[in-house]
Amino acid sequence: MNSGCCDDWGADMQRLLDVALLLLAGLVFWQVLHLIAPFALTSPAATAAKAWSMLASPAFWPHAAETGKAFVFALLLAIAGGLVIGLGLGLNRTGAQVAEPILVSIYSLPKVTLYPVILLIFGLGLPAKIAFGTIHGIIPIAIFAMNAVRNLPGVHLKTARVLNLSRAQTLLTVVMPGALPEIVSGLRIGFSLTLLGVLIGEMFASQRGLGFLIMNAIGLHDVPTIMATILLLSLVAISASAVLLWLDRHLHHRAA
Amino acid sequence: MSRVGILRLVVVGAFVVALELLCRFGLISPRILIAPSDMATRLVQLLASGKFNADISETLGNVALSFVLSVVGGFVIGAVIHDFPRLRRAIDPFLASYYALPFFAFYPLFIVLFGLGRGSIVAIGFLFGVVAMIIATLNGFDRIPRVLEKTARVYGMRPVAAVLRIKLPSATPYLFTGIKLAIAYSFIGVIAAEFIMASSGLGYSIAYAFNNFDNRTMYALMLFVIVLVTVVNALFHGYEQRLLRRLGR
Repeated sequence: MNSGCCDDWGADMQRLLDVALLLLAGLVFWQVLHLIAPFALTSPAATAAKAWSMLASPAFWPHAAETGKAFVFALLLAIAGGLVIGLGLGLNRTGAQVAEPILVSIYSLPKVTLYPVILLIFGLGLPAKIAFGTIHGIIPIAIFAMNAVRNLPGVHLKTARVLNLSRAQTLLTVVMPGALPEIVSGLRIGFSLTLLGVLIGEMFASQRGLGFLIMNAIGLHDVPTIMATILLLSLVAISASAVLLWLDRHLHHRAA
Repeated sequence: MSRVGILRLVVVGAFVVALELLCRFGLISPRILIAPSDMATRLVQLLASGKFNADISETLGNVALSFVLSVVGGFVIGAVIHDFPRLRRAIDPFLASYYALPFFAFYPLFIVLFGLGRGSIVAIGFLFGVVAMIIATLNGFDRIPRVLEKTARVYGMRPVAAVLRIKLPSATPYLFTGIKLAIAYSFIGVIAAEFIMASSGLGYSIAYAFNNFDNRTMYALMLFVIVLVTVVNALFHGYEQRLLRRLGR
């Protein structure tokens, strides 16, 4: 047993403690805001209680299920489409050079301006939300996958050629494993943006889902519901992001 | 122009021409999409009539304000956090999962706090952009060569002077990553906020035209936003390239 491990352990504990302190500071700040403007936001305790009662109420779950369904479909489409575009372009040098600035400028467009087009194509309802979530998530996944493939060591691809692997075999056994860490980084961003896209879609034109719930609560000036919905959404989004972040660091660490 | 640049123009051009043909030959119904040439002519008419000048300048003002606030605020916050390693280690996981938050869900909260107007819209744009700038600042400061920091100490520079004279210039390439994200996020935040809930501005005008089945105006304004954002991004990109070349990287 060397002392290095225990120093590490001590540093980790201190870090956890600091993170907890920071969280606590955040909660105190929230409580102070609440005391300054009680009509604008509910206190942390009241919000948690409201969120808990929402989770227990049967009226909440159809909305959550609607958002969840739109999100899962959108994410699957974004991953599939992003990987096809990214891997395809990454394997083609000229293709990647031509496409990169185009993809980056699509990424920085305010995609909400395109929402009416999607509504005109798909009509109101689930397909429009899925499509809108997908166009948010697909670009970052494609950009990360493309750059991951471009940065693969040339010797890996050469080995695949020497071993006479078919295109499918090269993709599955050489390109995908090599590019995986970067692909997971892209997934993390794609995940968040897809959720954002689905929610914006629901906030603008929808009769169901959590985004609709928030807009409806705004109309009724129902601050506790707004806050509780935000809290639940943030908890889900942050936990998912934390899992992906852990996976991301783990894979990058292993690759290094 | 390079071969790749020409190819890129060809790809974009082919896409536009294909859209034009599909619309002209009625394969895409005008209720769904209008031909790009129609969008452009309508846009020219609208700009000439001056009907949307107030909305355009309002949106641009909001974007500019939230951009400046995010860049300056993000740099200052990042510089302060960087000076406290313990705080920085604790705050890292929060920064990393920040963009997982569904921001627009917070918009109603801002409306209650700042009222239905410029304040809440700029707040959304700022919140969207500032953390990208904080992360870029931290990244840049991490990569400042030790010897430069030592030089600052040897000259007995005060923290602010060290930041302005040594750290800022030395971290510029990394800061630019943050600046480019901040401009994109300011546009996204401001226009989306206007779109969902506002009573003026470009985002609102697009949503309004959509709700009134005024497709020609809607597409003309969309074209305007797309061209505007692309041009602004391209300008920043060009400036960055020039700067990097001057710094010899």
